[in-house]
Amino acid sequence: MKIIVLMKQVANKDAILRINKEGTWIEEGDLSFEVNESDGYALEESLRLKEKHGGEVIVCSMGPQRVKTVIKDALARGADRAIHVSGDDLQHLSPYAAANILADAVRDEQPDLIMTGLQSDDYGYAQTGVIMAELLGMPHATIVIEVDASGEQLRVKRELESGWYQWYEMPKPALLTIQSGISQIRYATLKGIMAAKKKEIKEVSPAIDARPSHQRIEKIYLPEKTKQTQFLGNGDAKAGAVALAEKLRNEARVI
Amino acid sequence: MSNGILVFAEHRDGSLNKTSFEAIAAAQSLGAELGQEVSAVLLGSGASGLAEEIAAYALSKVIYAENEKLKEYTPDGYTDAMERVIRAADPQYVIMPHTYLVRDYAPKLAARFGKGLISDCIRAKISDGVVTFTRRIFLGKMDADVVSDGEPPVFATFQSGAYRGDQAQKGSSAAQVETMPVEVGEVRMKPEAPFQEVKQAVDLSKADVIVAIGRGIKSKENIELAEKLAAALGGDIAASRPICDAEWLPIDRQIGSSGQTVAPKLYIALGISGAIQHLVGMKNSGTIVAINKDPEAPIFDIADYGIVGDLFDAVPVLTEEIKKIKEQ
Ligand SMILES: Cc1cc2nc3c(=O)[nH]c(=O)nc-3n(C[C@H](O)[C@H](O)[C@H](O)COP(=O)(O)OP(=O)(O)OC[C@H]3O[C@@H](n4cnc5c(N)ncnc54)[C@H](O)[C@@H]3O)c2cc1C
Repeated sequence: MKIIVLMKQVANKDAILRINKEGTWIEEGDLSFEVNESDGYALEESLRLKEKHGGEVIVCSMGPQRVKTVIKDALARGADRAIHVSGDDLQHLSPYAAANILADAVRDEQPDLIMTGLQSDDYGYAQTGVIMAELLGMPHATIVIEVDASGEQLRVKRELESGWYQWYEMPKPALLTIQSGISQIRYATLKGIMAAKKKEIKEVSPAIDARPSHQRIEKIYLPEKTKQTQFLGNGDAKAGAVALAEKLRNEARVI
Repeated sequence: MSNGILVFAEHRDGSLNKTSFEAIAAAQSLGAELGQEVSAVLLGSGASGLAEEIAAYALSKVIYAENEKLKEYTPDGYTDAMERVIRAADPQYVIMPHTYLVRDYAPKLAARFGKGLISDCIRAKISDGVVTFTRRIFLGKMDADVVSDGEPPVFATFQSGAYRGDQAQKGSSAAQVETMPVEVGEVRMKPEAPFQEVKQAVDLSKADVIVAIGRGIKSKENIELAEKLAAALGGDIAASRPICDAEWLPIDRQIGSSGQTVAPKLYIALGISGAIQHLVGMKNSGTIVAINKDPEAPIFDIADYGIVGDLFDAVPVLTEEIKKIKEQ
């Protein structure tokens, strides 16, 4: 089974975000980055499917040179080779444009499965995978929490709202967007890191010039606060805790 | 020329999803400001009763698109049907609730029109006839104002809670229901019946006090700290999704859209950032406390009391103080 995993690099979750001069995105210069959380789970699930059924796992990431960190880490964990869709402004594409470019980048590989996370932690569009499936003519399933690839047909368990689940059956090739927690993520071993150095990273530049956009960010800003929070301790967490106990007792009267 | 607003109504097991009414409220509010008519669409088979139910709202009409293959939801079936309805109705805006079902098929639908969705919006403002949509980005840490570029239709989905379902306006008389037999191509995916996992061991919906931990707790060993606080308060321990994903706590302690929904008298969030999927599970709690070292963490937006600082400093002191109070 040939599996392609799409992985995106996003701002580190604990990073302090600063808005750029134009007010249209965050300042990326001094930011630290990490792999998008659910994409990490998509890779893990792909590696497990390969271990069970044989085949190959190809990681594909789009963005500037810094995304090589994500690619190398995936190779160290066990992916066999990589495709880097390289370019400096690619991370700000609309989901439709991104899906177009990614579809072009992987089409000739003729994968049996394409796996990706269910949404990115930065833009949070939750669309790129699904649009790609449509462009490649594949069936898809989103928010997948279990994959059974042992039969002729693919069986996937989807998470629904508030504790409900549903199994779907579909033919391969297919595209799945993976929910966090599908399995426990492995660490890269020293052996894996050494082996990764010899693995192929194919760099491609997007073939389409016209990148249709259908939505444009005018500005970004900190959300307006709707509730008046009483902040306690003035930056001193211990003093805040003492004040909080008193408030919970005498003001909120919940203890 | 494209005109009007088409709102998608979702249903399951013979009843309308409550977010459908929120979407109707969103569409009506846009329609009033833009001076455009609002119609609704419902897909199904043998579901005309639900279409009648929607017709009670102030809508210019309800399109009930019917086909055997729409009896159960599938992305292929819904995409084909909606594409045909939209091509026939030619609306300027298509409004949908940002549910798991819509997330599953709507990007595919929009792709048929050469675009994506303006997804998961929290509000829409109109000035000079231009709609500016606001979306939460970076897991709730920032807002982005977004405008649509290019040809209609514009596809937008609204986050649960962005509009109030009870503010969807009823009509003075029932709207006309237009039944539209719709063609659906090959449906490649076969759904089985939805199910719930075996009965959950813990039911947090009855808890009076909940101490919830997030990724800020850093390691499984540190959970003890939160457990001691919960014990001092006579409360239960719960968590955000990453904690359950890592199997540090069982999944039946997860709070949020894919976990339990709770409303205790006191909810203490330790090292939880406050992503919408977590907030929907606890925002109706009585008193909400957040301890987080990031002053901009979205959890503070719904907290009554906040401590900006390290939870490892605050929690042991808080536990001791509460023990003292309880002993008085
Ligand atoms: C379809 C879908 C369904 C989902 N369902 C759920 C759900 O049911 N429940 C749920 O919770 N999530 C759910 N999520 C995930 C959700 O989007 C967030 O990723 C998740 O809630 C984040 O968890 P967190 O706040 O613990 O982690 P983070 O967002 O990483 O936040 C950790 C916080 O801890 C703070 N912190 C770190 N160290 C310290 C310290 N020493 N002291 C104090 N504070 C500290 C940081 O400042 C940060 O704010 C879902 C997502 C999707 C897409």
